[in-house]
Amino acid sequence: MASIDYPLERPRPKEGEFSFSETLYRWVATVDHKRLGLMYIVTALLFLVIAGLMASVMRLQLAFPNNHVVGPETFNRLFTMHGTTMVFLVGMPFVAGLSNYLVPLMIGARDMAFPRLNAFGYWIFLFGGLLLYFSYIGGGGLSGHGSAPDVGWFAYAPLTSKAFSRGASTDFWILGILVAGIGSVASALNVIVTTICMRCPGMTLTRMPMFVWVMLIDSWLIIIALPPLTAAQVMLLIDRFLGGNFFNTQAGGSAVLWQHFFWIFGHPEVYILIFPAFAILSEVIPIFSRKPLFGRAAMVGAVVAIGFISLGVWAHHMFAVGMTSWSNTFFAASSMLVGIPTGIKIFNWTATMYGGKLRLDTPMLFCCAFLLQFLVAGLTGIMLAVSPFDWQLHDSYFVVGHFHFTLIGGLVFGLFAGMYYWFPKATGKLLCEKLGRWNFWLFVIGFETTFIPMHFLGILGMPRRIYTYAPDRGWDFWNLVSSLGVIAQAAAIALFIWNVIDSIRSGEKAGDDPWDGWTLEWATSSPPPEYNFEKLPVVRSSRPLWDLKHPHDPDWKFEQ
Amino acid sequence: MALLQGLGAALPEHRVANIFKPLATPAQSEYHIALLVLAITGAIFVVVAGLIVYTIWRFRRRPGDDAKQEPPQVYGSNQIEVAWTVIPILIVFVLIGVSARVIASVQNASPPPQMLKVTLIGHQWWWEVRYPDYGIVTANEIHVPTASATYLELQSADVIHSFWVPQLAGKTDLIPNRTNYSWIDPREPGVYFGNCAEYCGTQHANMLLRVVAQAPEDFKRWAAEQQKPAAENAAFQSLSCVSCHTIKGTPAKGKFGPDLTHLMSRRTLAAGAIANTAENLRQWVKDPQAAKPGSLMPSLQLTDQELGQVVNYLESLQ
Ligand SMILES: [Cu+2]
Ligand SMILES: [Cu+2]
Repeated sequence: MASIDYPLERPRPKEGEFSFSETLYRWVATVDHKRLGLMYIVTALLFLVIAGLMASVMRLQLAFPNNHVVGPETFNRLFTMHGTTMVFLVGMPFVAGLSNYLVPLMIGARDMAFPRLNAFGYWIFLFGGLLLYFSYIGGGGLSGHGSAPDVGWFAYAPLTSKAFSRGASTDFWILGILVAGIGSVASALNVIVTTICMRCPGMTLTRMPMFVWVMLIDSWLIIIALPPLTAAQVMLLIDRFLGGNFFNTQAGGSAVLWQHFFWIFGHPEVYILIFPAFAILSEVIPIFSRKPLFGRAAMVGAVVAIGFISLGVWAHHMFAVGMTSWSNTFFAASSMLVGIPTGIKIFNWTATMYGGKLRLDTPMLFCCAFLLQFLVAGLTGIMLAVSPFDWQLHDSYFVVGHFHFTLIGGLVFGLFAGMYYWFPKATGKLLCEKLGRWNFWLFVIGFETTFIPMHFLGILGMPRRIYTYAPDRGWDFWNLVSSLGVIAQAAAIALFIWNVIDSIRSGEKAGDDPWDGWTLEWATSSPPPEYNFEKLPVVRSSRPLWDLKHPHDPDWKFEQ
Repeated sequence: MALLQGLGAALPEHRVANIFKPLATPAQSEYHIALLVLAITGAIFVVVAGLIVYTIWRFRRRPGDDAKQEPPQVYGSNQIEVAWTVIPILIVFVLIGVSARVIASVQNASPPPQMLKVTLIGHQWWWEVRYPDYGIVTANEIHVPTASATYLELQSADVIHSFWVPQLAGKTDLIPNRTNYSWIDPREPGVYFGNCAEYCGTQHANMLLRVVAQAPEDFKRWAAEQQKPAAENAAFQSLSCVSCHTIKGTPAKGKFGPDLTHLMSRRTLAAGAIANTAENLRQWVKDPQAAKPGSLMPSLQLTDQELGQVVNYLESLQ
């Protein structure tokens, strides 16, 4: 007991009364990892709402055959901006925001290793996002053609060449993403250096919280996966501005080359986006089951394995481009291998719950839904990896259903679990549990209603990215059902926003440790002071607060 | 009427293109592996989802539980973890083996010797269909005989498109600077519906494809009709239609738009956007942007008289 040295007395600095401009200045000029983390998350939520509204317009258009809510140009811009926003301006800043806010707190550090690089990362990301959206105004370029980009989020060549994409919309897409990517790499580097160099005394790598482990691997994956995209984008810029012909098929360039570049980035990117959800689940499930994470070492190994395998599966997005049967077999096989470590993760989370005492509060509800939805996404993923089956499913609505099960049913549900879990830490207030349950159930119902029918539509031969369809193709019913689900999802998001605003204004006080947590962020005040810990904590196991709370049964007795 | 039947007007139409109702060999073999994969993944789902739901239900906290009492702390178990690693490995290896076999059997199937050869060329946003052995060029409908296979050479004139007629064969992309191959062998006469399956720009949605499978003798008759040239028409030839469209036997030799030599033998206009009726044809020629906004066919601002002449002539292109 005497060896555990926690600062139990913490000074609570009084926030002085600041004028609006002073407050604004304190946020804009901040290099505090917690403020930057919150700024990332709030920005991501704003973009999530924008992308969600875009999706709603698309679902409105597709609710009925031959509908005229929007025309083809507008529709194509909507799905391009929706996809690009969700991946680069919602998923990526959530990665950065969560790791920024939580990693230093969880490893007992006072800040990230490079606070100013951190601030730079946020602002350059925001600039990239605004650049992308500025295309609605500036995308016409000098020739006056176009507005926002309409090339799809993976921007296949040669649709992006000057001949097929006039005006500047594609240039905004390239530059916006490229610039935002600089921010992602900066923040990933920062996370890596922070976790390697700034762990508090006693926190060996094996004692590092699972969340931090997953974010560390995620950051490595960002640093490995983003450069191919950046390189390809620079090549595309050379094509568009300097007369290069990398992807310009009219002058002998290669359309397939772009696909290789893009998916060498694009597939690991999927895991970059889902890993934060893995990280969140690995913290929330143990706390709400009252048991340690089952098989920690295997869980770390599984994430490493997924990250590694994910670098060698990219051409499963290209089964239809006419590769040899050998390449198709290779990429089918490598893609299916991902199923093994993913299975380990799902089994270990379930085993963590097995024999526990499950507290089914909102964060845990989101985790439970994640497990089932991500299971479905994984299984439809196996179907897509079987390349003969994929020849039918590829680029159909089945694929749209599949990746929304991963990215909404998986990632966004995981993020909601995380937001409900750490909101008390960040604000000092509890979110309303009753509204949380409404939020959860509405979201589940809306999600299933929208995305399950998409699988059926794909099986009925509906290709993705079509702005309209004829009434006699058998697609009307499921499209209408799918669109109706949007109502419940929108209500869920609106409830969440209301819950956040209301709780910040008049929520119940959370206290330092509302969930009876085991990791270091719960050892400081809510919200934490700027310096996080007055005195750096010293830890002896992977659950330092468990040790503190159970002096007769500490973890360090069992861990090597 | 005999002529109409020869053109396949009375054929059953498969508008709902369900991939689980295959009507040709490639789609059939894809369907068979799909069933196997569905069975395996379905079984996994039942077991794992059952386990998750059972765990949540069985171990949920109930009112009256002692909140202070923590459950036994279990950190892991090597035996159990090895078990649930080995089982997925076995399943994955079965799947890999089966996939490898089907991939090879579909992709490396050498075409039977006397196959019909068709070159399919994707354009923004229509399909050019060429029969090199017959000297026929048409658009948006691939006529093929039943009872034998048709070998498709897939190319693109501009961006990437994708050939997909779900009940006949899965997707193969049409990529500029590259030739891909696919084959189909519809067993029953009928009209099979498909769409361009790779996003190719503004009117990707209205890039529809029909495969018209006919009894071999009907196909022969259709081909003989298609080989005939059309009559010249001075009024039509004086308009700029000819700079984009070809009409065999006349000075119209444009290459940018679809060949119109036997326009009236096709079921649709504008790659399936509208049915080929007299009224639609008139509207389409008058203002293509109304029926298919973004289409690369401009409105020529024809006078009523010119429009009448053009439509009359087009209607003669049986
Ligand atoms: Cu992938
Ligand atoms: Cu197309």
